[in-house]
Order: sequence, then C-alpha cells, then structure tokens
Amino acid sequence: MTIYLDHNASTPLAESVRAAMAPFLDTRSDSLYANPSGLHRQARLVRDALERAREQVAALVNAHPSQVIFTSGATEANNLALKGWAAAAIRPWLAVSAVEHASVLAPARALARRGVQVACLAVDGDGRVTPETLEEGLAAWTRTQPRRAMQGLVSVMYANNETGVLQDVETIAEEARRAGAVVHCDAAQAAGKVALDFQASGVHMMSLSAHKLNGPKGAGALILDRSVALEPLQHGGGHEQELRAGTENVAAIVGFGAAAELARRELAARRERMQALRKRLEGRLKAIPQVIVFAERAPRLPNTTCLAVPGLEGEALVMQLDRRGIAVSSGSSCSSGTGEPSHVLQAMGVDPEQARCAVRVSLGPDNRPSDVDALVSALEEEIRDAGLEAGLQQPALQWAPL
Amino acid sequence: MAYSAKVLDHYENPRNVGSFDKNDPSVGTGMVGAPACGDVMKLQIKVNEQGVIEDARFKTYGCGSAIASSSLLTEWVKGKTLEEATRIKNTEIAEELALPPVKIHCSVLAEDAIKAAIADYQRKQAQGEAPRQECNS
Amino acid sequence: MDQHNEREARQGRLKLPIYLDYAATTPVDPRVAEKMCACLTLDGNFGNPASRSHVFGWRAEEAVEEARRQVAALVNADPREIIWTSGATESDNLAIKGVAHFYRNKGRHIVTCKTEHKAVLDACRQLEREGYEVTYLDPEPNGLLDLDKLQQALRDDTILVSIMHVNNEIGVIQDIEAIGEITRERGVLFHCDAAQSAGKVEIDLQRMKVDLMSFSAHKIYGPKGVGALYVRRKPRVRLEAQMHGGGHERGMRSGTLPTHQIVGMGEAFRIAREEMAQENARILQLRNRLWNGIKDIEEVYVNGDLERRVAGNLNVSFNFVEGESLIMALKDMAVSSGSACTSASLEPSYVLRALGRNDELAHSSIRFTIGRYTTQEEIDYTVATVREKVAKLRDLSPLWEMYKEGIDLSKVQWAAH
Repeated sequence: MTIYLDHNASTPLAESVRAAMAPFLDTRSDSLYANPSGLHRQARLVRDALERAREQVAALVNAHPSQVIFTSGATEANNLALKGWAAAAIRPWLAVSAVEHASVLAPARALARRGVQVACLAVDGDGRVTPETLEEGLAAWTRTQPRRAMQGLVSVMYANNETGVLQDVETIAEEARRAGAVVHCDAAQAAGKVALDFQASGVHMMSLSAHKLNGPKGAGALILDRSVALEPLQHGGGHEQELRAGTENVAAIVGFGAAAELARRELAARRERMQALRKRLEGRLKAIPQVIVFAERAPRLPNTTCLAVPGLEGEALVMQLDRRGIAVSSGSSCSSGTGEPSHVLQAMGVDPEQARCAVRVSLGPDNRPSDVDALVSALEEEIRDAGLEAGLQQPALQWAPL
Repeated sequence: MAYSAKVLDHYENPRNVGSFDKNDPSVGTGMVGAPACGDVMKLQIKVNEQGVIEDARFKTYGCGSAIASSSLLTEWVKGKTLEEATRIKNTEIAEELALPPVKIHCSVLAEDAIKAAIADYQRKQAQGEAPRQECNS
Repeated sequence: MDQHNEREARQGRLKLPIYLDYAATTPVDPRVAEKMCACLTLDGNFGNPASRSHVFGWRAEEAVEEARRQVAALVNADPREIIWTSGATESDNLAIKGVAHFYRNKGRHIVTCKTEHKAVLDACRQLEREGYEVTYLDPEPNGLLDLDKLQQALRDDTILVSIMHVNNEIGVIQDIEAIGEITRERGVLFHCDAAQSAGKVEIDLQRMKVDLMSFSAHKIYGPKGVGALYVRRKPRVRLEAQMHGGGHERGMRSGTLPTHQIVGMGEAFRIAREEMAQENARILQLRNRLWNGIKDIEEVYVNGDLERRVAGNLNVSFNFVEGESLIMALKDMAVSSGSACTSASLEPSYVLRALGRNDELAHSSIRFTIGRYTTQEEIDYTVATVREKVAKLRDLSPLWEMYKEGIDLSKVQWAAH
C-alpha cells in the first residue's frame, strides 16, 4: 500500500464528486450527454448542470457565477489571464513574482518575446513579495512611463505550490490597484485549503483548478471581474461569454462544481486535520538535525512542507522514498525529471546545492498520522544509509586529541 | 431556450388560425416581417359597421414565440374598437407570454402586424367611400 | 384513430426524447465510461502523469501513452505524432495559429473554406487581425470544394491550407487525399479538421499527405473536454505553442493531462477502429430509411451532396417552415438547426448560405444525425412525427399559403423589419 503525500501535484477524486460526474459520463438513459449549446430539451438539462457548477465554484471563492469562466485547467486560466489581458491592453506592462508557477512564468516569457515589458518581482527569504519589492517593481513601471500611457498587470500567486508559502494578496492587490494596475492571482494551490474571498481580495482575476481540490483533471476556471477587458485565446463558437471557445467539458465541470461545494463545506475540518498532521510531521522532523524545513515560520498552506537533507540529492531521495512506498516529489510535478534546482527556492536565496536537495511533502485530509510517521522513519533510514547520521560523525571529532 | 407555459400553450393550440378573403372591404390585412429574418406574420381583422373588431385570423412563419405572439394578439383584439386595438403595446404581449429578451422582437412584430392590419382596413374604407356613395345616389 | 393508437403503442415502446443530434455530441460508450470510471475511483489512477518521481505518476503516464497508441492506430499514425488538447477547438486553434506564428517569416497567406467549423474560421479571423491574409473559398452548391479553385488560390506566400474532412452541418466528405497531393507539391502545409470524420470515414495518414489533423473525443462516444492534434514528423511540421506552462506534450501544449479523459478517448478510438465498418453500414441503412420516409413531402431539399456524405447525417430544408418552430414541434426528438455552436443565435446557418441556399431554405433546415444507439423504431417514429408537424406548421405558414396561391416569394417586397 503506497502512501500518497503529493497532493499539490494532484488529488484523488472524492467519492461524492465521482458520483456527481457519473451520470454525465455513462448516460444513455439519462440523456445528460447532450451538447449544452443545443436548442433541445436535453441540451437545456446539461446547460442547467453547467450553471449549477458555476454557482458552486463561485460560492467557493465568494464570486458571482457570471464571473466564472470555465477552462481546461489552471494552466489555461493563467494563460488566458496574462495573454488575454495583454492582447486587449494598450501598451501592456506586466509584473510577475519570481516564485510563480510555470504556467504564469512561461506566458510572461512568451509575452516578453513579443515585446511586452515584463518585470520580475523579487521575494524575501520566505518567498514572499513584500511591500518593498512590490514598490520596486511598480516603480520600474511608473518611472519609465507616465502612468496613464501604459496598462499594467501584476500577477502574484495565492500560495506557492512548492513551499506552500502564502502571499499577502490583499495588500499586494491594494498597492497594485493604487498604481492603476490590474491584479491576477493564481489560486490553484490555495483553493480548498484556505478560505478564498474573490470580492474582498481586491484581485481582478483568479485562477482555479479542479484536480487540486479532489475534483477531476481537465477543468479549471478563471474568475474574472468583468471590468477587465480580455481577448479570448481560443477562438470558435463563442462559449463562456465569448472568452473561451470549445464544447464545455461537462462531466469535469460538474465534478469541479461538486468538489468546490465539498471543499467549501469541509474547509475548516480539512484545514484542521492537515494542520495537525503537519504539526506532527514538522515536530518529528525537528528531532532530526540533518533536516531543514524551508520557510518554516512564514504563513503557509496547512498541508505543505518543503524540506531538504543537505547532502542527499532531492530526486534521488524521492526515488528512494518511492521504493519504500511513499509518494512525494522534488519541486513541482511539471518540472520533475528535469534535474534543475527549484526556481522558487533560488529566488528565496537558497543555495543551489541545497535547493537541489529539496523534497516537497504535501498532505491531504485523508492522510493518517501513521503516514507521517512512516515518512519520518523512512527519512531517518535514508539518512543513516547515506552515512549522514550525526552519531557516525561524532567519533571522527573525538579522535583528534591524542 | 426554455419557453413559458403560455408560449407553449399558444404554440400547441394556436387560436384563430386561418385567412379571410383579403378583398373583403370589412377585412384589414397586415403582413409584416421577411423570410430572410426568419419571421413573417400575417394578421387579419374583420371590422363591423361600429368599428369594432368582430373576428381575427393569423398565419405566422417563425419561431414558437412569434406564433404565440400572433395567436395571443388575435384573442386580444376581438371585441376591441380599432382605436383600442392600436393601443396594444408589444410590452404587454411580451409580459403576458414571459418572452425572454432575445424574443422581444416577436412581440414587436405582432404590434406592427395589428397596426398594419388596421391601416389596411382604414385605407380600404377611405377608398371605398366614393363608390359606396355612388351606389346610394 | 387507428393511426393514432398505433402511434401511441409505438411510443410506449420508445424512450423519448429520441436523440438525433450525434454530430453535436455523442453519449459516452459504456465501455469507455467503464475505463474512465476506473481512473476516477479513490484507488484509481489519479496521479499526475507529469509526476516522474513515484508510481502514481508512472501509472498515469502509462495509461496516457496507451491511449496515445490507440488514437494513433485509428488513423495509422505514429503515437509520437499525437498531442493531447482540451478538444477539437483547441486543436484547430493550435494548428492554425501555431503554424502561422512559426512560419510567419515564410509567408502570411492562408487558404480555407467558408463552410469550415467556427473554430477554424475564428482562428483565421484572429490571424487576419494580426496581419495575415486569408482566402475563404466558396464551396460548390453540393458543399464540396472544386480543387481547381483551391489550386488557383495558392500563392507563393501561402503557408497553410485548412480544409475539414467532414462538414459538421451537412456531412459532406472532402477529398482530403487529393488536397494533400496539391499542398505537398506546392510545399504548403495542410491542416484538416477531422472532428466529424474520425471513426466514421477511413483515415490513413501514411497515405494521405495531411500535415496536421484535429480530433475530438466527444464526437465518437468519448468524453467532452479532450481532443488531439496530429502533427506530422516526416516531413517535420513545426508549431509555436499557444498554451505556455510546464512544457507538457513536448512543449507544444502545457497543462496537466486529464488522465481519465485521455483514457476515455483512447478507448473510444479503439472501439471505433474495430467497429467502424459494421456500424457505418447499419447507420447508413437507418439514414436511408429516414430520407425515404420524408422525401416525398412537397418542397423538401437535402442540403449537401447525398452520395459523398458521412453515413449518419441528413440535413434537410422544409421550405416555408421556420427551423426553430420545427425544432419545437419535434420536441420528442433532439435535433438541431444549424450547428450546435451557433444554434442558440437567430442567424441562419452560414454553411447553408455558403452553398447558395436562399434565406427561406437556410432558415428551414433541420439536421438529423444518427449514431451508435439509434434504432429503426426511433427512425420510424421520427418520420411519422416530421410528416405530421411539417403539415401542421405549413397550415400556419403564410409563406406556404402564398406559395400555394402561386405567388413567387422572391418577387415579394417584404416590409423592412
């Protein structure tokens, strides 16, 4: 029996979510397979289901259902937010934090190649954008151009996928708004783990993913304040208020809705469970002097611990743990297998050699204390096997005075 | 598009379908819309000596809302004077049938149709007066 | 009365409404659903296929690669030529904009046809806004392209031809093998939207010189929300990615792969490959039964060539009857007027307009599309209902009355509205 501790990569589908999706997949009798764009009765039933899911997703983040644009996932939502906004903006200017997910950084780079000015917001040692680093970034914009001549977008994630560190989104949004910029927030990792309030947060756009909150892969959303003009990236057919063409992924969207509702109802309980598990984990890790936990004191998601055992290369350690039946990851799943040290840790000023040793543990509400204990024991054994055990080094020191 | 119960009722059981002889001087015919737009409405009224609409008929090429709008209108105009019938507003039809915004034009078309039918009747009357006087003399 | 009773009895055996909108989407085949549900259970295959470090990720990746082989097998392609997308709309966008952006220095002219799916037309329109030039070919009145006209439209700066295999509204099959010969000879890339043809018409990409081909799962009994783009390796076709992120799908399309959907698409393509021949014969027989049952109604026209046409499609105009009211009358059948993407709007079908159909006929069209679960009883019931409802609506139609009076409607001055 493998222990799954990689919930930031993906989560298992909740049973009730699967049940909500089932009639839209296996449905000869229930006629819930129709194309929601049709004129007939069957199409209307499907359309109603889509709208219900829209309400459920909106409720999770305190948004209006009309602000929910369904996409194929958070990657598409982030692409739509950045590139869609840039295409509609006059002389766009963009600032993204250095610790963003690849699906924000890569579109930003693509825009830079097309001549859009892109600035990178530095982060502090915990990986957080501070008022100072934000001001620095915004100043680069306001210095070079009269503010009115350009349109700016600031994109800062809600919670980091590798370290779990939370940004002070409200303050950032307030500052960015004051400078006249539009604010986007990738909340794919945060949704379902901490309470989100789109209206109160001050952001104009927020990206969500279904499969990070026990929903299915293949569905996500961009929550959009309609005062922001966006150009669609995918053309053809005018679905999703003309912002995202293509037949809706009905079953996955229905699953997304069900998962969002479940997450909203269980949020407090889940958070508590995960927090308790992590406390147990990090408490036990403290007893192992070779282990470092990154950004330990920063506000973080309740489920994420990013650790390193200096001297044990992260990918090798992950493979060893896999052999012991424990699934964790080194860095983000997207970049796993590349061998590159994490850009997130490097932006935090972590030494590249240490960053190469990083391992991400991301818990889920269904994990048990014994899962955490198994991980700790496995880590201890790996440390011992690698000869890094503190006790082994002691005699060498005592040997000196003779 | 979900239709209201009243639209469905008029669509399933349209009232006063048919045609009068359009050459009858007591009949006014209004034909509005165009096939290119997907709606053509023909509304006919039969008016008595007192200027009261005694009977009405319609035929409509168009969507369910267009059919229902014209069917409803034929019910409403019966027993009304011409003057009263001109005062029927498209908004009343739209409200009665609970038409969605994209179907408001159907009620506009119905209003146009009754106006056109009344105008046709009055034109005929105006033209008809001279010959009728001849007969009398 | 007898006739009525007979109808009632037949209706008793039937499950209403009858689904005849298979070109809009199809139910998921139970065999596909089973495979998908196996991925979705708690101890199912929920890992992120991009997770390289543990067994959950590997298992998901294995399932994704098996599906890639199944999709490739239906069209005789190399699995490495298949890129997963969120559906045919994304595939079309990626193919057209991806090629145009990559080859922008080679040329900026694209050739397509007026009857293409909106995904192709809107992507082309976007490129026009970016400074590209697009030639929109007119089809012949039967919906098929005159290849000489295509040949003449090609210029030295043409980089791409995008022509669909089977039209979604009228079901006609373009000769993509011949088009491939033309484009290859001229050194122009050829993209083909095969969303409506995969699993219904034979596709052999070793033989056909198609460079890019779009597929959808939900048109062939797979799930919505997943599709694929075939990108030829030899000679190699290059694309600029349209979705940026973690660099999935060899950098051509970022985003977490939805394992269960991809597995469903693979299974749907496997079934299609094995059952296509038999299924087509059965569906064609049903389509003929439907057409034979209604073709003697006065003023009924088939839209598009009836011979070079996919088996399941029958697109008919019932002159002097408005399409939306007919759909309402046929409430026991799920059919469509125009394509599903545009049918919520009041515009007549642009495809029928491109064939040169007049407004009345374009407004009067109904698309019946037959599929895997359609039965003969359903077709018979449909024939009887259509006959009855068309007669009823014509009794209501002032245009029908005028036609019967011998008035030439094209000469009537219609009040502007």
